[in-house]
Amino acid sequence: MAQPLVKKDDDHDDEAEYSPFLGIEKGAVLQEARVFNDPQLDPRRCSQVITKLLYLLNQGDSFTKTEATEVFFSVTKLFQSKDFGLRRMVYLIIKELSPSADEVIIVTSSLMKDMNSKTDMYRANAIRVLCRITDGTLLTQIERYLKQAIVDKNPVVASAALVSGIHLLQTNPEIVKRWSNEVQEAVQSRAALVQFHALALLQQIRQNDRLAVSKLVTSLTRGTVRSPLAQCLLIRYATQVIRESANTQTGDRPFYDFLESCLRHKAEMVIFEAARAITELSGVTNRELTPAITVLQLFLSSSKPVLRFAAVRTLNKVAMTHPMAVTNCNIDMESLISDQNRSIATLAITTLLKTGNESSVDRLMKQITNFMSDIADEFKIVVVEAIRSLCLKFPLKYRSLMNFLSNILREEGGFEYKKAIVDSIVILIRDIPEAKESGLLHLCEFIEDCEFTYLSTQILHFLGIEGPKTTDPSKYIRYIYNRVHLENATVRAAAVSTLAKFGAMVDALKPRIFVLLRRCIFDSDDEVRDRTTLYLSTLGGDGEVVETDGDTKTFLFGDLDIPLVNLETSLKNYEPSEEPFDIDSVPKEVKSQPLAEKKAPGKKPTGLGAPPAGPPSTADAYERLLSSIPEFSDFGKLFKSSAPVELTEAETEYAVNVVKHIFDRHVVFQYNCTNTIPEQLLENVSVIVDSSEADNFAEVASKPLRSLPYDTPGQTFVAFEKPEGITAVGKFSNTLRFIVKEVDPTTGEAEDDGVEDEYQLEDLEVVAADYMMKVGVSNFRNAWESMGDDFEHVDEYGLGPRENLAEAVIAVINLLGMQPCEGTEVVATNSRSHTCLLSGVFLGNVSVLVRLQFGIHGSRDVAMKLAVRSEDEAVRDTIHEIVSSG
Amino acid sequence: MELCPCVKNILLLDFEGKRVASKYFCDDWPTNGAKEAFEKAVFNKTQKTNARSEVEVTMLENNIVVYKFVQDLHFFVTGGEEENEVILATVLQGFFDAVGLLLRDNVEKREALEYLDLILLCIDEIVDGGIILETDANVIVGKVASHSTVAEGLSEQTFSQALATAREHLASNLSPIYKLAQLERHPDYKDLAMKLPNLHVVAIAVGRC
Repeated sequence: MAQPLVKKDDDHDDEAEYSPFLGIEKGAVLQEARVFNDPQLDPRRCSQVITKLLYLLNQGDSFTKTEATEVFFSVTKLFQSKDFGLRRMVYLIIKELSPSADEVIIVTSSLMKDMNSKTDMYRANAIRVLCRITDGTLLTQIERYLKQAIVDKNPVVASAALVSGIHLLQTNPEIVKRWSNEVQEAVQSRAALVQFHALALLQQIRQNDRLAVSKLVTSLTRGTVRSPLAQCLLIRYATQVIRESANTQTGDRPFYDFLESCLRHKAEMVIFEAARAITELSGVTNRELTPAITVLQLFLSSSKPVLRFAAVRTLNKVAMTHPMAVTNCNIDMESLISDQNRSIATLAITTLLKTGNESSVDRLMKQITNFMSDIADEFKIVVVEAIRSLCLKFPLKYRSLMNFLSNILREEGGFEYKKAIVDSIVILIRDIPEAKESGLLHLCEFIEDCEFTYLSTQILHFLGIEGPKTTDPSKYIRYIYNRVHLENATVRAAAVSTLAKFGAMVDALKPRIFVLLRRCIFDSDDEVRDRTTLYLSTLGGDGEVVETDGDTKTFLFGDLDIPLVNLETSLKNYEPSEEPFDIDSVPKEVKSQPLAEKKAPGKKPTGLGAPPAGPPSTADAYERLLSSIPEFSDFGKLFKSSAPVELTEAETEYAVNVVKHIFDRHVVFQYNCTNTIPEQLLENVSVIVDSSEADNFAEVASKPLRSLPYDTPGQTFVAFEKPEGITAVGKFSNTLRFIVKEVDPTTGEAEDDGVEDEYQLEDLEVVAADYMMKVGVSNFRNAWESMGDDFEHVDEYGLGPRENLAEAVIAVINLLGMQPCEGTEVVATNSRSHTCLLSGVFLGNVSVLVRLQFGIHGSRDVAMKLAVRSEDEAVRDTIHEIVSSG
Repeated sequence: MELCPCVKNILLLDFEGKRVASKYFCDDWPTNGAKEAFEKAVFNKTQKTNARSEVEVTMLENNIVVYKFVQDLHFFVTGGEEENEVILATVLQGFFDAVGLLLRDNVEKREALEYLDLILLCIDEIVDGGIILETDANVIVGKVASHSTVAEGLSEQTFSQALATAREHLASNLSPIYKLAQLERHPDYKDLAMKLPNLHVVAIAVGRC
């Protein structure tokens, strides 16, 4: 047993500060390490010095290359000692020092000797150390021993060899793959953890052989698996097999019975793993889901926080796709709102917000108000985001939700939290027209007493755009002008700009705005004065009530049409001279995002500047991108851009996806290409499209990509013309054509000569749903009634046999590409009939409302009544055509 | 695709969030600065919670952290956000119990530093490069202790078993006044226990004093 490192004094005066490492210093310890070289080794003292070295490393001290080498060499001398404890510390420090390849040689023979020792602990540890520091050449020498070790009768030795195998598989796969017979044998081991480690290694060796993995899982699910960890692993493999076979098989899901039986396992980790696996099955049915939800519900009232957390976290995810399935747990979840562990409480609240229905909103909000005061900001942000989505789901409830947001906006809170609230209000104003006036007033009140300059300026900017469009713009002026008096220069400047926007948009207010602006002309800050002067002269009319001319409006409200990053670079490069800065010289092409941003997908940018509600911003970006390309500039207004469709499999040489842009008379394919080979530069990249299977389309233009360096995405475009007003559909086959040039990886320079090459991509289809935009309506019934039955077209269809109603509903929604309203896309378990409401905007900006009534018969035949309302008869017919031909 | 349960780090911090022992198994925190920042964040997020009876859990930077405190020591195990938190909790419990056995229930910072070698060996026996080696505290302690010089003679028994045997031995051999419980409270008990093989001799010695 290890001894105290420093002899304790008899008196413990300074007990609070006592530490055996008090005043430890690297230099002194390195000096001490010389005892390793003594001819008469003192094992205890050596162990103590190693502990000190490990302590230093553990505290973040680092050794220089020479120091590390020196320590390493003297440590190797300690193999002479036969002391168990010391040897164990030697193993530990060698792993920590991670010696370089040429140094490893020194210890190889000692470690190999230990690998064949009679003592099991020596064997196990020597294997772990050697495998950690070894390289490929040495591995072939020790391979024989490792294979033996895998089937060693001592479980510790076998596990050491197997775990080392898992690590080595990353660096030397071809060697480790030769061990599969031994590993296979180890899977049958009676020792629980050996089986776990063998299973992990065997699956990784065979991971590219789907059939082999499937066989492995089949045999093990029937056999005995001894440790809960191995059982968890098996569940993961089974889910992977299910996932991969999902496309090929129909009927009963393989291994579902196995997963279900794991719900009755005695170990909690296995029960949870199985329950989670079931909830994550793609296209899971309610019948499959029920047993998993039941065990999770039991976990919710467990005394162990980890189980409660695990259950509520999983249910939270399920609530996104199957809110109805989770409602049974609502009562248990409500009691978790007061859970000691705030992570659990927050997850419970957000889950409830997702599963709640319109009638329970008010009750929930009451509970949350009490809860908000005693949780940290980061949890509050999660709640705010959940409330935002709830409000978008139930627009009629905007009043109580908006009130809630404005109340918490007035309370204490940090920047991130306030920003989340402001963002949410902004999004609600944008999406729910009824909420605009009250939302803007809440924001106005907030800036009256806002300590965050960033938020104040953002809100002022937003007010400048939205305020003038309201029924009574004048009531905002006071709030804005107050800022000019009370705030710092940045906010004052923003307030001046906002005032000017009101002046430009609301002619009646112009004289009053002029008076206010004139007062700002003597501001102490340059920027504020400059802006004031500029606006006074652009607004013109000397304060008369006149109409603002178009140019001024464009100037004040227009978009620069150039990416700000590019503008910034150009401005930095501009040298002061006689020649004025030419804004047309700024490149309009959107540069690819820097790598750093891509690597952090977890952190999503939210804010006023970058609206979190994805679609509008990407649509804007696409529109800007397309209009900057001269060939496409006369296509008119962009109607819809699809989500990217992958045309290559993951991890191929070139990754290509395509976005379909739909115009009235044209369709543009935007191919986003990424070159994943560091040694290659692609030039003159284009996609050759064969449209022989797409009758109504004729290629009119294409825009190749000049160069595609490694890992920097680029775009190439192909445009097609199609007859106006016809929802032309068809299939396109694509080939990527390019000139490939070798790149020297050390210098990064490409060779001059390139070779022309082609790369086959997957086919692409334009379907009817591409002509439909998902646009929700806030109140479906009102919209439906106001359209009236004069504009209705009803028909009935048989959909043939289906697994269940939910499947049929999803199929029709996907076929039409419309937005489900009021949560009607969710089908209650075991129901025999269902009504689904859809809304959308069809090509040519025609609103369409659809009511689908489904019924399922005993033979699983699904019948559907389709009622379409739209003011355009042609569109109504088209929808029916889509359904009858789909 | 990585399916094997994976531990990202094991941390043992003191009541001020200072590192007592830590081991990172992945590259998420490449520098010592990043590691310290993570430890600080974990500590701040959990310090006010009561994790003394049950293993508690939270999310941090897309990771799941399970934790448990005793005296002035805070134990943490971190895994990815897709990880099974129950597995992580099992690892933590194994670590926690093993340290308890190694420090003979005298689990506090000072003891932990004094027996830092055992703690480091303990972590080394629980996880290897992110893969779970062992979660049963008795087995972990057995592996750690079987390396130590003292336990050499106890090769067939794990340390805790040996301790239990010794306790029985003591209790049966001593006069009622020196029942085991009292002996454990004796200031020299720890030093005695370290000389386990000769414990009955020592016990008699204590009995005389």
